[in-house]
Amino acid sequence: MLELISFNTEVDLQSPNRREKVKRSRWECIKNNMRIKYLSILLVVASILLGACTPSQPTNRILISGPFEPVNNDPASTGYMFTRMQVLETLVDVDNQGQLIPGLATSWSNNEDFTVWTFNLRSGVYFHDGTLMNADTVYKSLSVAFGKPTPFSKDMIANMEVVSEYSIKFTLNQSYRPFPSLLSNYTTAIVAPATFGKFNRIKTLIGTGPYKITDFEPPHNLKTTRFDDYWGEPAVIENVEYVTGHRSETRALMVRTGQADIVYNLDPAAVSMLRTDANVNVFSDRIPRTTLIKLNSGHPILSDVKVRQALSLAIDRKGIASGVMRISNISADQLFGPNIRDWHIRSTATDNATDTISMTDADNNPTINNNVENGDLLLNRKKAAQLLTDAGWLVGEDGVRYKDGSPLTLDMITYANRPELITIATAIQDQWASIGVTLSVHIENVSAIPSGHADGTLQTALMARNFANIPDPLGIMLADFSSKEGGDWGPMNWQNEKVFSDLKTLSHTTDEHAYKSLISSIMQEVQQDVPLIPVMYYVQQTATSSRLRNFSFDPYERSFRVSQMRIAP
Amino acid sequence: MRKILLQRLLQAVLMAWSVGTLTFVITRSLPGDMAYKIAAGRYGDDAVSTSAANAVAEELGLHRSAFEHYVSWMTDLASLDLGTSLVTGAPIVVELQNQLSYTLVLAGLAILVSALIAFPLGIYSGIRSARKSENSPKSRASLFDKTALAFSTFVRSQPVFCLGLILIFIFALELNWLPVAGSSGFVYTILPVMTLGLSLAAISNRVIRNSTVSAVQSGYFHFAKIKGLSAFEAFKCHAFPNIVTPALAFMGIQLIGLIEGVIMIESLFAWPGIGHGLSHAVFARDITMLQGTALLMGILFVLVNTLVDLSQYALDPRVRENRGYSQ
Repeated sequence: MLELISFNTEVDLQSPNRREKVKRSRWECIKNNMRIKYLSILLVVASILLGACTPSQPTNRILISGPFEPVNNDPASTGYMFTRMQVLETLVDVDNQGQLIPGLATSWSNNEDFTVWTFNLRSGVYFHDGTLMNADTVYKSLSVAFGKPTPFSKDMIANMEVVSEYSIKFTLNQSYRPFPSLLSNYTTAIVAPATFGKFNRIKTLIGTGPYKITDFEPPHNLKTTRFDDYWGEPAVIENVEYVTGHRSETRALMVRTGQADIVYNLDPAAVSMLRTDANVNVFSDRIPRTTLIKLNSGHPILSDVKVRQALSLAIDRKGIASGVMRISNISADQLFGPNIRDWHIRSTATDNATDTISMTDADNNPTINNNVENGDLLLNRKKAAQLLTDAGWLVGEDGVRYKDGSPLTLDMITYANRPELITIATAIQDQWASIGVTLSVHIENVSAIPSGHADGTLQTALMARNFANIPDPLGIMLADFSSKEGGDWGPMNWQNEKVFSDLKTLSHTTDEHAYKSLISSIMQEVQQDVPLIPVMYYVQQTATSSRLRNFSFDPYERSFRVSQMRIAP
Repeated sequence: MRKILLQRLLQAVLMAWSVGTLTFVITRSLPGDMAYKIAAGRYGDDAVSTSAANAVAEELGLHRSAFEHYVSWMTDLASLDLGTSLVTGAPIVVELQNQLSYTLVLAGLAILVSALIAFPLGIYSGIRSARKSENSPKSRASLFDKTALAFSTFVRSQPVFCLGLILIFIFALELNWLPVAGSSGFVYTILPVMTLGLSLAAISNRVIRNSTVSAVQSGYFHFAKIKGLSAFEAFKCHAFPNIVTPALAFMGIQLIGLIEGVIMIESLFAWPGIGHGLSHAVFARDITMLQGTALLMGILFVLVNTLVDLSQYALDPRVRENRGYSQ
């Protein structure tokens, strides 16, 4: 640097002495060589230091990453994360098929008309603070839970009482057959009395699961360690850490570099990249969530069933599935997917869908019916156009349909939290334009959907409806399909007296044959009347590091199931 | 100096009132039902419902008039109580402490890295450039300066997010030296700090380079050498202070922008800083969190400006003379 600064003194640089010049040039050469040497040494030292910094993979700890943000330690809002991390447990559990299985309650029974429910609790269950779980602690926990928002109406519970040390009874205001499924929801997870502080505020979260919390930095980091006094099979892996990975590409890189052992919610691009990596296993599992278009059946345009049917027939589901999601066999022709057995009518395109999902390979998809377009049973633009014509919507010179001088234009709300919804909405916009329907897509906060439902301003909304919150679909149907008001995430201003009446009957039917027959009748009616337009079933893309063994995905997303996993030696 | 501090204190008080009021007015005038948005932030996408929104409205007293809420907030602010987050229920002060500490670590280290890159690079480029303009046109200085310019343009012309991904690919994926994301130790700071540091240095090295050219071509620098100072002494005493002064002011502005604008980096590297917290507060309509964050940002702005002023005051005698503070 110094010799550079001296450039202004021309005499220094313009030396008349040739020998001096040569000497100087040699010295410069030696200095340059030394610089290169020093630089090389510096780089080697830096590499070694950085190499030493690289975190090695601990053999007794795994790291999980997903987009889920645990904002606080309240089960009412973030309980889903604590059940997934196996810190909290519920009275009732759910298996892969959506069937209810014992959780903290070993069994339950009901009276003839499903108004009184008695739950027998598991004995020998300890909370993480060493307190024994019994009916009193469960009563306290549920009393607080029922005072906070839950995915069901608490008005149905008339009374809750402790029957014995390990038995608790619920008396309902009306017959409600799917009541046990409500107690599988994370908002009703059982916590120790010491969890609550003044005014029942959550002080420290103390559950009964195989893992207990050691450190929690909402919404980014949650660390747990094995709970040795767990009532069930003890966990193998000692420590589990969850890191919120906001972006799909970050999560993909985390698992690819071995930093994370399990990453959830990967986008199609990340999945394609990870499938080529021998050190990563990728899992694609169907989950009980369906991408749907919510329709305001009270809207002047949408009140006509022919219009609703036409809109459904104009959607190229297969194209969306392969083009946007890059997965085949996920086109949805009805509300509930094939994994929700009793409620899925096995008669159409999805009969070919299995629980194993494959990446897109259009040539492998069987052609089901020669009358359909693009191999998609539901796509029939000709019929859609005819239905609109029959409904009085005629094509104008600009290609848009008109009726009594009014154009067939609709608004659609969707939200960015699930990025694929925006792309799907624009695809639908284009597909509906082909039958003369103009659609304006508005990207809003997710709350705009229930808000628009409540104030009646919503016309259509593209959403991803989660059916896992209440694993018994009857609970969802009773909440959303049994009145004209519908549900925040269900139909809107839709009226079908037969369905309403059948659902009421269903809620107290004891004959299993009649029960299944009614379900079939209801679902066919719903399919014909199109209060909602199903678009595709959801697939959860997960990736794990190759060192992880016994990984299994919970389709109801209630648990990461870490306690049954182990790390390869 | 006392006058500078008093002026800045007054600015901080005015800023607290104006930022708080402005945030309040803006968040209140945003479209959409506030109770629903808060419920979505609090209970998640799948659980937001009319009953949840009603419960939120009841709990937070959202039926009260905007004026009542404003008066309540100002009263609390006067007693230095920023309230609790509408979404998480945690005290705002605790949330800010947590998030800000992470962001300050990131921003502070990034500025340091940026300075370590920008000063040598900028000064070297400046001297080479000045030398070229004064001496032979075939000087190798031009190549170095052009290379530095090309590198700066390349780094700055792409979003900081892409730069982060490039560094992840090199250091995490290919070399496997560093973790991709997280915040569990020093090693996790290296990639986000390098990303931000490089991005900042891409501009600041050009500012320093231009200051260097001006300084070493100036009459006072030539005069210093003619009067007998060595090249190093002349540079240290007469050129360097004139290079550092504008560079510090510029880096002060960069630091403010950094604290406010690290959201993409925090998102990419899963870094639990204030940028991420602020974006969530906006989406979830967490007004108390927004007000608290905006207030803190404002105070930081005043604080950093004060520090820059004080450093200018200490380094530049002209500032002392112009302000009439010199002895």
